[in-house]
Amino acid sequence: MTDSKYFTTTKKGEIFELKAELNSDKKEKKKEAVKKVIASMTVGKDVSALFPDVVNCMQTDNLELKKLVYLYLMNYAKSQPDMAIMAVNTFVKDCEDLNPLIRALAVRTMGCIRVDKITEYLCEPLRKCLKDEDPYVRKTAAVCVAKLHDINAQLVEDQGFLDTLKDLISDSNPMVVANAVAALSEIAESHPNSNLLDLNPQTINKLLTALNECTEWGQIFILDCLASYLPRDDRESQSICERVTPRLSHANSAVVLSAVKVLMKFMEMLPKDLDYYGTLLKKLAPPLVTLLSAEPELQYVALRNINLIVQKRPEILKHEMKVFFVKYNDPIYVKLEKLDIMIRLASQANIAQVLAELKEYATEVDVDFVRKAVRAIGRCAIKVEQSAERCVSTLLDLIQTKVNYVVQEAIVVIKDIFRKYPNKYESVIATLCENLDSLDEPEARAAMIWIVGEYAERIDNADELLESFLEGFHDESTQVQLQLLTAIVKLFLKKPTETQELVQQVLSLATQDSDNPDLRDRGYIYWRLLSTDPVAAKEVVLAEKPLISEETDLIEPTLLEELICHIGTLASVYHKPPSAFVEGSRGVQHKRLPPRAGSGESTESPDVGQSGPSEAPPAVIPSQGDLLGDLLNLDLAPPTATVPSVQPSMQMGAMDLLGGGLDSLLGGDIGGSPSMGAGLGAAPAAMPASLGSAPAVGGGLGDLFDLGGGVGMPTGSYVAPKTVWLLAMKAKGLEISGTFARRGGIIQMDLSLTNKAMSVMTDFAIQFNRNSFGLAPAGPLQVLTPLSPNQTIDVSLPLSTSGPVMKMEPLNNLQVAVKNNIDVFYFSCQYPLSLLFVEDGKMDRQVFLATWKDIPNDNEAQFQIKDIHLNSDVASNKLQGSNIFTIAKRTVEGQDMLYQSVKLTNGIWVLAEMRIQTGNPNYTLSIKCRAPEVCPFVYQCYELVLKN
Amino acid sequence: MIGGLFIYNHKGEVLISRVYRDDIGRNAVDAFRVNVIHARQQVRSPVTNIARTSFFHVKRSNIWLAAVTKQNVNAAMVFEFLYKMCDVMTAYFGKISEENIKNNFVLIYELLDEILDFGYPQNSETGALKTFITQQGIKGQHQTKEEQSQITSQVTGQIGWRREGIKYRRNELFLDVLESVNLLMSPQGQVLSAHVSGRVVMKSYLSGMPECKFGMNDKIVIDKQGKGGTTDEPGKSGKQSIAIDDCTFHQCVRLSKFDSERSISFIPPDGEYELMRYRTTKDIILPFRVIPLVREVGRTKLEVKVVIKSNFKPSLLAQKIEVRIPTPLNTSGVQVICMKGKAKYKASENAIVWKIKRMAGMKESQISAEIELLPTNDKKKWARPPISMKFQVPFAPSGLKVRYLKVFESKLNYSDHDVIKWVRYIGRSGIYETRC
Repeated sequence: MTDSKYFTTTKKGEIFELKAELNSDKKEKKKEAVKKVIASMTVGKDVSALFPDVVNCMQTDNLELKKLVYLYLMNYAKSQPDMAIMAVNTFVKDCEDLNPLIRALAVRTMGCIRVDKITEYLCEPLRKCLKDEDPYVRKTAAVCVAKLHDINAQLVEDQGFLDTLKDLISDSNPMVVANAVAALSEIAESHPNSNLLDLNPQTINKLLTALNECTEWGQIFILDCLASYLPRDDRESQSICERVTPRLSHANSAVVLSAVKVLMKFMEMLPKDLDYYGTLLKKLAPPLVTLLSAEPELQYVALRNINLIVQKRPEILKHEMKVFFVKYNDPIYVKLEKLDIMIRLASQANIAQVLAELKEYATEVDVDFVRKAVRAIGRCAIKVEQSAERCVSTLLDLIQTKVNYVVQEAIVVIKDIFRKYPNKYESVIATLCENLDSLDEPEARAAMIWIVGEYAERIDNADELLESFLEGFHDESTQVQLQLLTAIVKLFLKKPTETQELVQQVLSLATQDSDNPDLRDRGYIYWRLLSTDPVAAKEVVLAEKPLISEETDLIEPTLLEELICHIGTLASVYHKPPSAFVEGSRGVQHKRLPPRAGSGESTESPDVGQSGPSEAPPAVIPSQGDLLGDLLNLDLAPPTATVPSVQPSMQMGAMDLLGGGLDSLLGGDIGGSPSMGAGLGAAPAAMPASLGSAPAVGGGLGDLFDLGGGVGMPTGSYVAPKTVWLLAMKAKGLEISGTFARRGGIIQMDLSLTNKAMSVMTDFAIQFNRNSFGLAPAGPLQVLTPLSPNQTIDVSLPLSTSGPVMKMEPLNNLQVAVKNNIDVFYFSCQYPLSLLFVEDGKMDRQVFLATWKDIPNDNEAQFQIKDIHLNSDVASNKLQGSNIFTIAKRTVEGQDMLYQSVKLTNGIWVLAEMRIQTGNPNYTLSIKCRAPEVCPFVYQCYELVLKN
Repeated sequence: MIGGLFIYNHKGEVLISRVYRDDIGRNAVDAFRVNVIHARQQVRSPVTNIARTSFFHVKRSNIWLAAVTKQNVNAAMVFEFLYKMCDVMTAYFGKISEENIKNNFVLIYELLDEILDFGYPQNSETGALKTFITQQGIKGQHQTKEEQSQITSQVTGQIGWRREGIKYRRNELFLDVLESVNLLMSPQGQVLSAHVSGRVVMKSYLSGMPECKFGMNDKIVIDKQGKGGTTDEPGKSGKQSIAIDDCTFHQCVRLSKFDSERSISFIPPDGEYELMRYRTTKDIILPFRVIPLVREVGRTKLEVKVVIKSNFKPSLLAQKIEVRIPTPLNTSGVQVICMKGKAKYKASENAIVWKIKRMAGMKESQISAEIELLPTNDKKKWARPPISMKFQVPFAPSGLKVRYLKVFESKLNYSDHDVIKWVRYIGRSGIYETRC
C-alpha cells in the first residue's frame, strides 16, 4: 500500500466526499480519509471545514489514527477554538491512560494547541504528568511547561509549574534532566532578570553527572546551559572544564562546539601561568580541526566559529594552517570562509605555503572567490613584511592574465601595499598604467587615480592620465570624483607649472557643477587652501599618511566577547548579536565573558604578549566616512575595514596640522583672495567665528564638518575644550578627559583616554548612572586597540536620551563608570544643557506668544550676561548654531529685543527674551519655562555660546 | 529552537510541513521556496535569513530539507539534526526520494512528532524508534505493561541506541577499518601535506546487552603499557604504535573513560554503525609515489613521462588504480605508450587517464606521452594542474592495527571466544596529488 495517492486527488467536490468518508462506519475508510486530509493540509489546501468530522474520529483505540487526528488538531484548533473544546475530554482521558506512550502523546499534543480554553484544562493533567512514574511521560511534560509558558506565562507561574520543573533537574533519568534544563533555559530567556535557572555548585554537579548519560541532544542542552553559569573562582572553573573536555571527542559536532563554548568561556577565569591552562589550549585544537571533516553545512558553521576563536585566541590554531587549504570540491561558502581564516593565520612561518595556495585560487572559476583570493594576497603583503615582494610579483603575474576582475582587484590591493611600504614598489606603476582603460569598477578606478596622484612626480604623463578621467567627471561615482579631485590637487602641488588649467577645471567641476555636498566641500577647502597659502596646502594635502593596520575586519572586542558566549549558535554564524535578528525580548540580553583571571598587572602583560594582533604597533585604517581621513585623502582604506572611531595619539600630529593650519589660514583675511569663486557665497563670513572659537582640535574638526555642510547655514554648535574628569592617580593610571558635543542631531561624548600606568590597558567599557535627561551610551565604548603606556586614545561615544531617568543634583550632573581590565572607576561630570537642545526647537510665533502668556510669571528668571561685544544679528546667529532659535526681533528705543525658543530632548520648551542695548556690553536675559529648574542651566549655555 | 521543518521536492512543492512554534507561519514555506529553491543564483550559504526568519537547509539528491526558526538556535545542532533526520528516514524506507517520502508521509509525520518536541530534538536512534514506530501501523495496542515500560525506559534511558532482548543464534562481529589517505607532493618528491582520515565501522550481531572493549595500537596506550614494566618486545611494540591526532566517537562510547584511561568501552548498537573517526598526520605509509617528468619541446609539443612506484609488501595487491595526467587546453593530439594497464586521452576532461586493474607491492610502472599543441597567442602560461591518483589497498595507510575487541555479556551464556570476529582494512585514496 502506498500513501502517495493521497497527494493526487484534486477534483472538485473533494471536501464533500471526504466528509462522507470521515463519517463512514468502516475504520479503514476513516483512516484513509484522515490521511487524505493531512495530505491536503501539507500541500497548503484549506481543509478546516472538516474540523468537526475529523475531531469525531479522535475517540479511537487506533493509535495511528489518533496521531493523525492530533496532527490535524494542532494545525486548525486555533482557527476553530470553540470546536476544539470538543477534543478536551479525550485529551484528559488519554492523560490517564495505562500506556505511557499515550499519556505522553496526549500531554505533548495538548501543549501544542494554542486555545485558551484548552489551556485551562491542561493544567491538571500536566501537573500529574510532571510527577508521572514513567520517565518518558516526565520528559514530555517538562517540555510541555515551556509550551504552556509560551502561551500563558502568568498561568505557569501561578500554577507553580516552574518549581516542579526545577525539581526535575534532580530527576534520576538523564533525559528528563536534559529536557527540564532546556525548558528552564528557554523560559529564563524571556525573563532576563529572574533567577530562574539559579545555578549553584550543587545543580552544576547534577548537570555534569547527567551530561555523561543523556542523549547527544540532551548533552547540547546541558552544555548550552552550563555556558551561562559563572563559576565562583578559578578552581571551580577548572573542575568544570575537566569534566567537560571529554565531550570534545563526541561524534556530534554540536556537542563539540557547545563544549568548546563552555571551555572558551571558563578559560577566561583560569590564571595563564597554570599548567592546566596550557593543556586546555592544546586540547582545543584537534577537535576544531576534526570539525572540518564533517558535512559541508556543518563545516560552514564550524568555520564561522573558528573565525571567532582565532580572533579571540590566535594561539590555539596557529600551527594548523594547512587544514584550511581549500579543496577543489568544497562548496563555495566553505571556500570563502576558509580563505578568511587562512589570512588570519598567515604569519612569517607559513607565508610561503599560503601564497602558493592563494596563487592557485586566483585561477579558479568562481568570481567572488577569485576576487577574495587576490585581495588575500594583498593582505598577506601588508601583514608579513618579508613576503611583500613576493606578493607584489604574484599580483603582477595576475595582472598579466588580463582577466578583467582579477586586474581590478589586484590594483585595489596594490594601492594598499603602496600605502604600507612607501617608496618601495613604485617600479610597477608602469605596468599598472597599461591597464587604465580596462578598469570599470569605481573602487579600482579610484585606486588607480590615487596611485597616479600619489606618484605624480614619477609618472611623466600623469596630467594626461588624470585629464582622461576628467572628461566624464559627472558620470563617475562619488568615490572616483573625490579621488580625482584630490589626485589633481596633488599633481598641481607637485607640478604647478603645467597643470594650472587642469586644477582650475577640476575645482570648478567639483564646486560649481556638483550636487554632492562632500565633493563641493572638499573642492572649496582645497580651493581656499591653494589660494591663500600654498605652503600650508602642501603640508595638508601631501602630509605624511598614517600607517595602515595589518589586520582588517577584526570584530570589535565587546562584540567578539559576546559572540564567543554564543559559539555554535546562529549569532556566531551571522557574526551578529542575537538582538540583531531575534524579535522580542528573547536573546536580547547581552552575554559577557567572565572577568579575567588575576586582574593584577603581572598576569596581564604576558597575555598581551601572547595574542598576535594586539602586539602590533597601534595603527589605524581611516574609514571612508571619516572627514579627517578624507581631507588627508586617506579615504581609500581597504574596503573591508570596519569603521574605527578611535584615533590613537600617534596620528594626532596629522590632525593638529590640519586644525592649526586651517585655523590660522581661515582666521586671517578671507574674502580678500581674488581667486575664490563666486560659489563661495556666505561661507567665509560664517567661518571665522566657528573656527576661531575652536581651541581644541577635536572641536575644530567638528566645526569644519559643519562649515562644510552648511554653506550659507549658521555655524555649528559650540564645543567646550576637554577637561580632565578622572585623574590618573585616582584611577590606577587611567586619565580621562572629555567634553560633550552635539553634531548633526547626535549627542556625543568625546573622551580622551590616557594610559599613565606601566602596563597595557584593554577591555574598556562605560556605563552611566541614571540621570535627569536619560542620557545613556548608544553603543559600546569603541576602543579597538589596547592602550599602551603613555598612549592617548580619542573616542567619540554617541549618546541617546532613552536611558532611565532620575533627577540629579545639580540637574546636569552625570555619574559615569568606566571599566577596564584593571578595575572599575567612577567619576561625575556636568554637561552643558545645550547638548539637549533639539534641531526642531523653533516655535511658531503665535504659539510662542500664547505660551509666554500661559506660563506663570513666577517661573520667569532673569539673568545678566556681561561683557559681550556682539551685535544682535551675530549673537542670534551664534545661538542658532546651538539650536537656540530666534523667532522674532523687535527694536524699541535703540534696544534690540530677541525672542527665542529652545526645545529639550524630553519635550520641555524654554522661551527666552534677550535685550541688547547698543553700546552696552551687558545683555539682559529673561527665561520662562514650565520647569523653572532648567533656567539657570539654559542661562549657562547662553553665556558659554556667546562668550566663545 | 527549531520552529518548523519542511521537506520540498526539486520543484519547490511541499511534501512535508510540520510547524512546532507559533512564530512560524505558512508564509515561511513560500519564503524559502522563492528565495532559495527558485533563486537564480547558486546558493551561497546553507543558512539564509529572510525577513528575520532563519532557514537551515540540506539537500539529499533532489530533495530539500529545511528547518526554520526565529530564535538564536544552536546552528550546529540544527544541522546535526537534519542529517539525523535523513539517517532515520533512510533506515525506515531507504533512499530519500520524492516517491518514498510521499509513500511514507504518515510515518514521517509520526517520526517528526516523536523526535522533535516543541523544536527540541529527542531520542533519534532508529534502534529505539523502531520498537514503537513501525511501518505496519503502530504497536502499542496489544502490548503488555512490561513491554510498554521497557520501550519508554529504553527511549529515555542511558542506552537509548539499543533495545533489550536481542537474540542471535550466532554471535558475530564485523569490523572495517576504512581509511582515506590524502597527499600533496611537490614535483621533487617532497611531501607538502599528508593526512589520513579514517573510520572504524562496525556491524554487530550480538545477543543481549554486551559490553565491548576496543583496543588499537594507539601510541599513548602502548607507551603507557611499556612504562608499566611488562617488557615484552618493547622495541617492536614501540615501532608499531601510531600517533592519533584526534578522534571522535559514536555516542555509545563512554567518553569520560576515554578521557581518563584512553580505553574505548561501549555497549554497541545493533547492526551497522560508525564506532569512531580519527585523523593521523605522522608516519603515514604512502602506498604510491608518482614521479612526473614534463618537458616542453618547442612551443607546440610536450613530452610527459610518469612513473608510479608501489610502496608496500610485495604480497599485497592494490586495486582500481587510476592516474589522471592533465593536458593543456590547446592539445590537438596525444600519443601514449604504457607498460601496464590502459591509457586514453580524454579530450573532454583535458586529461590522459591511465587505468591499471591490479598492482602488487614494490613494483613500478611507467607511461610516456607526446602531447601536440595548437599554437596559440594566449600569453597565459598553462597552470599545470597536479597529477591525481586513485587506488584501493588492503591495509591501513595510517598503520592502525586493531589489537582486540573483547565482548562481555554476563547475563547470557556466551563468552568472548564464542563471538566470531572479522576484521578488514581498506585504504583508499582521498585527494592524492603530485604537482608536476
